[in-house]
Amino acid sequence: MTDLLDRKLVFVTGKGGVGKTTLAAALGLLAAQHGKKTLVCEVDAKGDLAHFYDCGPTRFQPRQVQARLSAMSMDTEESLKEYLALNLKLPMMAKIGPLARIFEFVATAAPGVKEILTVGKLAYEVRERNYDLVVVDASPTGHIIGQLAAPEAINELVKVGLVRNQTGWMLDILSDPARTGLLIVTTPEEMPVNETIELAARVEKDTSVHLAGIVVNRVLPELFGRGEEEVFDRLAEPDKVAELSQDVGGDATPIVEAARLAVTLRRTRAEHLERLRRQIDRRTPMLYVPYLFTKSDGLAATTQVAEALSAELGF
Amino acid sequence: MASRTASTIAQLLADKQVVISCGSGGVGKTTAAAAMAATAAARQGGKVLVLTVDPAKRLANALGLEGFGNVEKQVPASAFAAAGVKVKGELWAAMLDTKESWDALVRRHAPDPHTAQAILDNKLYDNITGRFVQSHEYIAMERLYELHSEGRYDLIVVDTPPTRNALDFLEAPQRMADFFSSRFLRILTAPYRSRLVNFASKPFYTVADRILGTEFLEDIAEFFGLFQSMAPGFVERAEAVTRLLHDRRTTFVVVSTLEAAPLHEAEFFIDVLSRKSFHLGAVVLNKVLPSYLLDQQAADVARRIETQAGELAAKLGPDIGDPALVRRVLVEIAESFLRFQTVARREAEQRAALAVAPEVVATVPYFEVDVYDLAGLLRLGEIIWS
Repeated sequence: MTDLLDRKLVFVTGKGGVGKTTLAAALGLLAAQHGKKTLVCEVDAKGDLAHFYDCGPTRFQPRQVQARLSAMSMDTEESLKEYLALNLKLPMMAKIGPLARIFEFVATAAPGVKEILTVGKLAYEVRERNYDLVVVDASPTGHIIGQLAAPEAINELVKVGLVRNQTGWMLDILSDPARTGLLIVTTPEEMPVNETIELAARVEKDTSVHLAGIVVNRVLPELFGRGEEEVFDRLAEPDKVAELSQDVGGDATPIVEAARLAVTLRRTRAEHLERLRRQIDRRTPMLYVPYLFTKSDGLAATTQVAEALSAELGF
Repeated sequence: MASRTASTIAQLLADKQVVISCGSGGVGKTTAAAAMAATAAARQGGKVLVLTVDPAKRLANALGLEGFGNVEKQVPASAFAAAGVKVKGELWAAMLDTKESWDALVRRHAPDPHTAQAILDNKLYDNITGRFVQSHEYIAMERLYELHSEGRYDLIVVDTPPTRNALDFLEAPQRMADFFSSRFLRILTAPYRSRLVNFASKPFYTVADRILGTEFLEDIAEFFGLFQSMAPGFVERAEAVTRLLHDRRTTFVVVSTLEAAPLHEAEFFIDVLSRKSFHLGAVVLNKVLPSYLLDQQAADVARRIETQAGELAAKLGPDIGDPALVRRVLVEIAESFLRFQTVARREAEQRAALAVAPEVVATVPYFEVDVYDLAGLLRLGEIIWS
């Protein structure tokens, strides 16, 4: 699994609320810590990425947020302008402003155009070797297939033209498992696990991108070791709780209740995790990131997740 | 209709005809919508419909929604009886089928069956309805409007689709109307020759031709040409949908957990609802950790258990287990309490910082198991209720 960081382009997806951006931010940080020149790109432009690095707002022009680490936000209009500037060399470049707005409109309507401008920009950074690794905080599970399969969709619909000519090299990069991979982030809960199972199957069928792994986020610790649960069950009897309360000089009920809650939560989640393991190809690497019981957020939390990832990746 | 301010969700559900459950992904808004509908049907009576967008499979099964389709199904009274509840009214459930709804919309608004078929057969149709102007969001609101105007239900509780931006669906009807009256659509659907002589569209086509190729542009133009024939019906309908969302019989319930990101989105949402004068009925705070975790005395007890685990284990005696094992268990439960307390405190701070709050805030505790049957929904509904 250490080869995850040896790839050039890693898309990170997941159902809303599972910590997709956290994981993308942490993966980028980890790669940079390992000496890779890394770009993290937020595709949805919600501006969350800045929060995870405690930095100012990210824009289309990458900004350096840590040593060797840059962050950017995708903007398809900017991507189009850059593309036109690189490829068309039009004398009428001055008029590109309003033109781009019209194009934005068509791009919203025409299938795959916005996606190709997104994926194209990212693949371009890889092709030009501007970075050792590009990490993409990609669209959530519901939209990721459309994003990853954009070059194929364009190939089918558009027969000629510049966009069509571009899809070949993009597909070369996207379909090469040594260079490109998809990470699905999930939590051990019902809906995220369902979506992960469905998506894993669809990625295989509908895109040329290789599923590089699944990250299970917010895994609760196993509270009890061997033989300890039986001890706890006896300890949780009312008379024993009363005895303990007396011995310790205060009501121990909340402590016992909290432990019971922790055990049940862990158990419910373990069932979903088991279902996930059963239905995902054994060869797909699974990474487990523990639930963070800390107060911290922002870069401090990102750093903790990066440490957990680092351990899982075997560094 | 009474215009008193509802102070509980029960009153809110009694006063309103449409309740829209919204919030960011993963907070449990689908479950909350189903729970509110089930409880309203059980306790208030009347015909209640819950319109869900993407329910978990087990929840869909609990509501009798197997397979897809726009057909509403009644949850049988026997299911309530099995859950130990006597249902006063009727609970109906429906799932949103975006594709089927779009097809129906095209058939309704196309000027004639021939045009309708031409649109449905166009190779761009699936792709385009799948993504343009927030089609999923629009269709959810459109279905809501249709069901409401049919007048068969006393209360409709609707779950909103997971969106990148939780507000997309509010603006979707207006965007749909704007789309049909836009200058860009006219340029796009203008005859090819006139495009090249038209001052406004010429630069666009010169570039677009080179990028996308004429053939593809012609495909797009043909499709939108057909699509435009539906404009009058669409615009009128979109405006009616917008009116329904602003109607005083309609209210919004914002669902959130106390985690930072969803709560941030909920606050943003509440702010926009008020600025755009939609009616915010209530906030449901879901999956809130139990309040005993916040207890300072309990924290002190946990710390003492941790430090005195050895002595305490010895005092408890060997009948509950090997003292070494008991000591470890005591340390573990004390540590676990303190870990969860950190999270509970973080949540309490988030809640205190929730500046913009409506009068009704329902707090739902963390259920130890997933809610996946009618009994669970009713249990959840009872908590939201009062």
